[in-house]
Amino acid sequence: MSKAFLSIEHVGVSFARGSNTAEVLRDLNLQVNEGQFVSIIGHSGCGKSTLLNVVAGLVPVTTGAVILDRVAVEEPGPERAVVFQNHSLLPWLSVYENVSLAVNKVFRGKKTRAQRHDWVMHNLALVQMTHAAQKRPSEISGGMKQRVGIARALAMEPKVLLLDEPFGALDALTRAHLQDSVMEIHAKLRNTVLMITHDVDEAVLLSDRVVMMTNGPAAGIGEVLEVGLSRPRRRIEAHSHPAYVAARHAVIGFLYARSPAARTAA
Amino acid sequence: MSLPASQLTPALAVEAPQDAAVVLMPRDGRASALSHLGRMGRGLAELTLPPIVVLGLILGIWQLIDADGAGVPAPLTIWRDSHDLIVHPFFDHGGTDKGLFWHVATSLSRVGFGFSLAAVVGIGLGVLIGASKWAHRGLDPIFQVLRTVPPLAWLPISLAAFHQAQPSALFVIFITSIWPVIINTAVGVRNIPEDYTNVSRVLRLSPLEHFWKVLLPATTPYIFTGLRIGVGMSWLAIIASEMLLGGVGVGFFIWDQYNSSRISDIVVALVWVGLVGFALDRAVALLGRFVSRGTALG
Ligand SMILES: Nc1ncnc2c1ncn2[C@@H]1O[C@H](COP(=O)(O)OP(=O)(O)O)[C@@H](O)[C@H]1O
Ligand SMILES: [Mg+2]
Repeated sequence: MSKAFLSIEHVGVSFARGSNTAEVLRDLNLQVNEGQFVSIIGHSGCGKSTLLNVVAGLVPVTTGAVILDRVAVEEPGPERAVVFQNHSLLPWLSVYENVSLAVNKVFRGKKTRAQRHDWVMHNLALVQMTHAAQKRPSEISGGMKQRVGIARALAMEPKVLLLDEPFGALDALTRAHLQDSVMEIHAKLRNTVLMITHDVDEAVLLSDRVVMMTNGPAAGIGEVLEVGLSRPRRRIEAHSHPAYVAARHAVIGFLYARSPAARTAA
Repeated sequence: MSLPASQLTPALAVEAPQDAAVVLMPRDGRASALSHLGRMGRGLAELTLPPIVVLGLILGIWQLIDADGAGVPAPLTIWRDSHDLIVHPFFDHGGTDKGLFWHVATSLSRVGFGFSLAAVVGIGLGVLIGASKWAHRGLDPIFQVLRTVPPLAWLPISLAAFHQAQPSALFVIFITSIWPVIINTAVGVRNIPEDYTNVSRVLRLSPLEHFWKVLLPATTPYIFTGLRIGVGMSWLAIIASEMLLGGVGVGFFIWDQYNSSRISDIVVALVWVGLVGFALDRAVALLGRFVSRGTALG
């Protein structure tokens, strides 16, 4: 069929709850090219996390398949690294150890001990966290934890980086800093990224394409929007760019039409 | 303790105005060291003084209302009757005629052995029924029933099985202290946040790596809750079972003194039992805090 790098083909997911089943996703199709940054936006509870977890291999598909680099996804693995919403660092390990746990697992036998150490520090440097390498997660701020989570994921050298509302729990300023960091890293590494968000500005500013999901149950893809903004993008200039304004307008229009408020008004 | 000296001096000035010469030099290292010592001393006093005062009051009232010494002897009577036992805990005249230290040490070594065994087996079984749905369904109801059996009810069974006092006592310790360890470990395993399991799955940790690097650290606080309850219960059980089994041990010592009507000696032994039980509880709690430092959710 398609020759896309990441291909989500006719994916349906149902959860069995006792005797009745809940259909969360139905016949969902999405193609992502290598190096693309794609955001998924939709109302809370529509099935965004479920979709991301299917790509990660954490949730099995009921129908259809996910194909990454010509291989069907069957189980979780480091080539599809996930950054979870609530950072999910192991609290009994230091920042360094959290990253090195991943590095030692993925690169054992491929890199020497010294090379693995350098690789941990390199990825901590990418997210500007070398200064806190020996700290424990409880000793650093929420934004810093999320940075370490990103470093841990990047350190696995994943084919696709999966971000589940990575900045959802952060204040606006920290959020903006992290978004800039992610844009810088993406510009440098050109990795393929699938990011869930419910923030319209975040989606438009960071993505090449914004995928809008319909409401559940049995959610699917409503519209896909190409963001016609050249890179590198700068937050301030982008906000007044006609392409940014148009994209933002389209996404908000899509979401508003499907919000509970709009439906009761109609 | 990293407060600059200048911030400490006002407090010192209020506390110790007679040290005028020191107060006049705000950045004197000696001043901050002195006030530091002063604060530590005060903290210690706040901690130890109230219980000592209350203890004194209790002993005083006890002495007053129990002056005739009939039944339970009064504190001064105990001091007179059991003077040798109190001041010589280390004597050893052979047989069961030993100082209290040796009785307590024997009881403690039994607890140490039986409880260590219970800890290892209990954590293992707890992980099993926490991690496996079928093990949980099969074993949990049985454990819930068995754990309510009083420790001493196991003694006849274990005597029938082992025929000897020593292994029977150990078995009673084991069977008494294992339940809280199993149950708390299982709860801990079932409560491991899904995020941690997901990290382990994405990294494709092997079952052994998952056990050592995720499951055990995530469960440590629960395990230590179980161990702490268990060690307390095992101390209760050893005293009771020694009373029935005889030989050296603080439980039998109490029973033996009762049979020779030396109530004063029993009171002294009770103080030992209480202090050792308290120390055991604190030791496990401290070890738990040390081992699971940083495990608190960040
Ligand atoms: N493991 C599961 N079992 C049953 N239902 C689930 C499970 N995971 C998610 N769901 C349901 O699927 C729907 C979508 O959830 P989710 O993907 O988390 O939404 P979103 O991330 O868009 O907020 C919700 O109604 C949720 O209750
Ligand atoms: Mg979600």
